[in-house]
Amino acid sequence: MDITRVFSTHKKLLAAGSLVLILVFLATFPLYGNDYYIRLLTVILMYVVLAVSWAMFSGATGYMSLATAAFFGTGVMAAALLEKTLPFPFVIVIGGLLSSAFAFLIGLVTLRLRGIYFAIFTFGFVMFIGQTAFYIDAHILHNIWGHNLTPLAPGVLHYMMLGLVVVTLVAIYFIRRSRYGLALLSIGGNEEAAAHMGINTTMVKVILFTVSAVFMGAAGAIMAPAMIHVQARIAFNIFNSFMPILMAIFGGMGQFYGPVVGAAVFGYLDRTLKVELAQYFMLGFGIILVAVIVFLPNGIAGLVPTLQSKLRITMAKLRKGGQTEKHADT
Amino acid sequence: MTGQVARLIITGIMTGSIYGLLAMGLTLQYGVCQVLNISHGEFLMLGAMLTLTLSTAFGISPLLAVAIIGPLLFVIGFLLQITLFRTLRARTPSPPVFEGSALLVTFGLLYVISFLARLRWGALTYQNTYLTDRVSFLGTSFGLNEIVASVIAVAMGVAVYLFLSRTRLGRAVRATAENPVTAGLMGVNTGMILAFCFGLGALLAGVGGVMISWRTPISTYMGFENTVIALVVVVLGGLGSIPGSFIAGILISIVSRLVSGLWDPLLIVPVYYGILMVLLLVKPAGLLGKK
Repeated sequence: MDITRVFSTHKKLLAAGSLVLILVFLATFPLYGNDYYIRLLTVILMYVVLAVSWAMFSGATGYMSLATAAFFGTGVMAAALLEKTLPFPFVIVIGGLLSSAFAFLIGLVTLRLRGIYFAIFTFGFVMFIGQTAFYIDAHILHNIWGHNLTPLAPGVLHYMMLGLVVVTLVAIYFIRRSRYGLALLSIGGNEEAAAHMGINTTMVKVILFTVSAVFMGAAGAIMAPAMIHVQARIAFNIFNSFMPILMAIFGGMGQFYGPVVGAAVFGYLDRTLKVELAQYFMLGFGIILVAVIVFLPNGIAGLVPTLQSKLRITMAKLRKGGQTEKHADT
Repeated sequence: MTGQVARLIITGIMTGSIYGLLAMGLTLQYGVCQVLNISHGEFLMLGAMLTLTLSTAFGISPLLAVAIIGPLLFVIGFLLQITLFRTLRARTPSPPVFEGSALLVTFGLLYVISFLARLRWGALTYQNTYLTDRVSFLGTSFGLNEIVASVIAVAMGVAVYLFLSRTRLGRAVRATAENPVTAGLMGVNTGMILAFCFGLGALLAGVGGVMISWRTPISTYMGFENTVIALVVVVLGGLGSIPGSFIAGILISIVSRLVSGLWDPLLIVPVYYGILMVLLLVKPAGLLGKK
């Protein structure tokens, strides 16, 4: 049996099978893995949520949001302030809803304008909300030294994050296939044409930007106990805005799995290199970001079709070569 | 109270001219090269830190440093444009995609520049003040450094404005900003114009950094907050408007002096942001921006 034929005819089956395998691995890992690797895996899952939900809005429309750190940080701060008074699942939901409320406001103000205003505004928003949260936390609520959170077992955090990843992926899978997803894509293709076809472009953009922020906020709330000590200045780190973008672009945004691949690669590098090469990590991040954008604008997933076609050509050549040889024999 | 407010406003105008220079640089880089330079503040930081090295290691006066560091940063900016951004422009399919990619690239640049700076100068805060004598003027006293800095800044701002509006090369710059393809067809060497503008932007930021180092303590972490200020100023003045960004720089500086003098320095960024939000709701094109 021809191996290439198996790949082409049972493509869906293979994809589903590997998906189940990955899920089983992720779900059972806390039973036998040690704490370090469980934490590493949780961080990777967190980046999956951030990268996929960033790509859902910004990848499709081309409106580049730099506010990921703000939504993530809102979740972190919500958890820091509320985890002593409310049960944790409620805290996650509140973190998500609070972030989406901010996203709704940002969207209303800036999504009517050109994309560059949106980028500048969301970039500044991270600074704004970081400073404001610090001011409120330290000077009005008098938590000058930040918050010490009740630690949760790494396994528990892992399962919560895994749950969030599944919810996020399923939700975004269906959004991409819905009218709204198609509307987003058409806005990315040509916004004026989309508006002429009767799409209320501003409304679609605002709604989906709001939805994407829910997942980011929830991810922040789940990560908060893992940070143990939380301060407003640490929670709103602009780095968290750019890391998901790097992941999404590296993985490739045309495909659904692209941002997931990017998150896995850079989530792993982030945790391992930051520990070993603390200062050189910054330099490496800068150079990799520049290199990926200049040389790999369509990401790894963008390489797959070109590689496939090249492979097909070489296969065809080999086969032809074999036939001509046979002809020569007879 | 009114005396204090008046004094704060006058100091705001004095220091605002440096913000104006910084914002003019960013406007040139965005308006002509379509690069929204997130690492702009890092060039300001480089200007300030290089002044320190020049004056401690070589004994060169910080006033003379303007004439050395400005051209040096111009060359760095020029080279960045003809290597990095020219390559990127050739590889991106459309101008909006280029804008987004260039913004991300400058963020990577921010990390590289601040890493290299920290390798050389560490994370310490340095004091390298210059011309600190007080001068009585308009009923209040100012540092001589503030007066000299604002005179230089205003002179440079006016020079850049006149250069753009009155000279042949300035007309070529404006034509390139308007439509690079047509400008190229009219015989403008657009590649050189873009590199020139990016270099000029870096020069303005660097000179701003030199003059900031006369007055305040400096460190390798000072770049980022200045980038945020420059971005707010540029939007406030109208993206792409040179005089708008200079005037908005002075306005923002007055606001920051008033907020920190009468209220709390921690609230400066939130107030900037409030202004930006209201402006985008009321007049998105900015103070002097065209539609």
